[in-house]
Amino acid sequence: MSRVAVEPPTSDPHRAVAVAFREQSGKVVATLARAFRSIDLAEDAVQEAFETALRVWPERGMPEKPAAWITTTARNKALDRVRREARRPDLEASAQGTALVTDDDPALDEEIPDDRLRLVFTCCHPALNAEARVALTLRLLGGLSTSEIARAFLVTEATMAKRLVRAKRKIAAAGIPYRVPDSDELPNRLHGVLATLYLAFTAGHVATTGDDLLRLDICEEAIRLTRVLWRLMPDEPEVSGLLALMLLTHSRRDARVGDDGSLVLLEDQPRRLWDHTMKLEGLEVLDSALRGGTPGQYQTQAAIAAVHAEAAQADDTDWDQIVGLYDALLDMRPGPVVALNRAVAVAKRDGPDAGLVEANEVLAGGRLEGYPYLHATRGDLLARLGRIAEAAAAFRRALELTVNPAEKRYLESRIEGLGR
Amino acid sequence: MKYLALIASEEPTEEVDPEVWQQVMDAYNAFGEAGDKAGVIVSGEALEPSATATTVRVRDGETLLTDGPFAETKEIIGGYYILDCPDLDTAIHWAAQIPGAKTGSVEVRPIMEVS
Repeated sequence: MSRVAVEPPTSDPHRAVAVAFREQSGKVVATLARAFRSIDLAEDAVQEAFETALRVWPERGMPEKPAAWITTTARNKALDRVRREARRPDLEASAQGTALVTDDDPALDEEIPDDRLRLVFTCCHPALNAEARVALTLRLLGGLSTSEIARAFLVTEATMAKRLVRAKRKIAAAGIPYRVPDSDELPNRLHGVLATLYLAFTAGHVATTGDDLLRLDICEEAIRLTRVLWRLMPDEPEVSGLLALMLLTHSRRDARVGDDGSLVLLEDQPRRLWDHTMKLEGLEVLDSALRGGTPGQYQTQAAIAAVHAEAAQADDTDWDQIVGLYDALLDMRPGPVVALNRAVAVAKRDGPDAGLVEANEVLAGGRLEGYPYLHATRGDLLARLGRIAEAAAAFRRALELTVNPAEKRYLESRIEGLGR
Repeated sequence: MKYLALIASEEPTEEVDPEVWQQVMDAYNAFGEAGDKAGVIVSGEALEPSATATTVRVRDGETLLTDGPFAETKEIIGGYYILDCPDLDTAIHWAAQIPGAKTGSVEVRPIMEVS
């Protein structure tokens, strides 16, 4: 059974308001931010429109065109504010003259694509720290509430609110521009955007709380935003690569967690539980990207996920190809985490001995001592070699470093199963 | 907008080779010319070594002096520019061309606009 909430034509008006806002708020914030030249004002206006909707929609029913309703209401709130404060007559004029979305027609997306792109590049500006970028992106583009984002990142709402305020203040005070970078800066800046979206996705994917549904929400939000970027920049193969990577990873979501809530490794996952529609879409998106020349890191990671996706069962996996892809990835992005993943693939291809040699090298490198997956991998390889005491020590070290309950249960079961 | 580009780097512990010094000066002169031509540099100065610094604090009406810069850090402020740029991206573009960015760090701070 899919554990992803499919949105029915909901009768719960509060839920309906939340869904409509999540889908529309990025677009409206982006347009208003351009029109009023203030992200803060735009966000407040959309927030006020949201609160009005919560009051009005349950009484009078959903408006026929929710997107248009939100846009008009938020725009009027922003205009009210500007007039009330009467400080910026120039902005009032500029906002009056700005064409706004007034219809639900998705084709209208194409009329103002630059607005959301501008907002993406502003939220993911490298002058902001990585945590702030993810939070801003989910808040301003994804329309998630501060409390939802706070729960996802395991901080209090007050802390997250402070982080958002600080980031927005920096955007305004430091003069972070509201525009899509020039073509010479674009590759570099785009990389920052993709890294932010991927960070948002992995925050959802690697659940560190028991709040599974929220986590899936964040994953799906990251996929949705990446899809928006993909539609806006169809000729950037790395954007397609990231979307493919997310789709292929997320297609396995229902198989990743067992009935008892423990983590199920890729090789043990019942592949019938994979979301085949999503998998096929991921493969298709990747295929179109790979026609574009030398693949970048997201396409390469997606290609690894695709090799897994294409194996009918775990034993059919083409490990030789996966090792080759990890070699390519190591060239692009050298680092111990990639080296560890390569070690796992080598173990599959050449046996646990060969894999352990590489995993031990990663351990000797020292940078991953605090990384539970390194110890879990060593535990697994040592267990397969019959070195039970060493395996137990490695699993115990992994357990000490693990927060996620599903992963903890998995490690405990491995320790119990040793020597049986 | 105006930005302060604060250049910090480790101070040389030994006498600098005159040839190396000349190269550094040439690099700064080239940056200054390019920045002036683009109308970006409002002003800019290099500072004497931190050993010449005196830190001044007034407490309870008494002026207290300390020999040296206000913070003991590895990187020492060695100079600054005031840059006039339309936005942070432009300021970063210019700050990245300050020769000190290659060897030390350049902190870019917007100058507060008081209306």
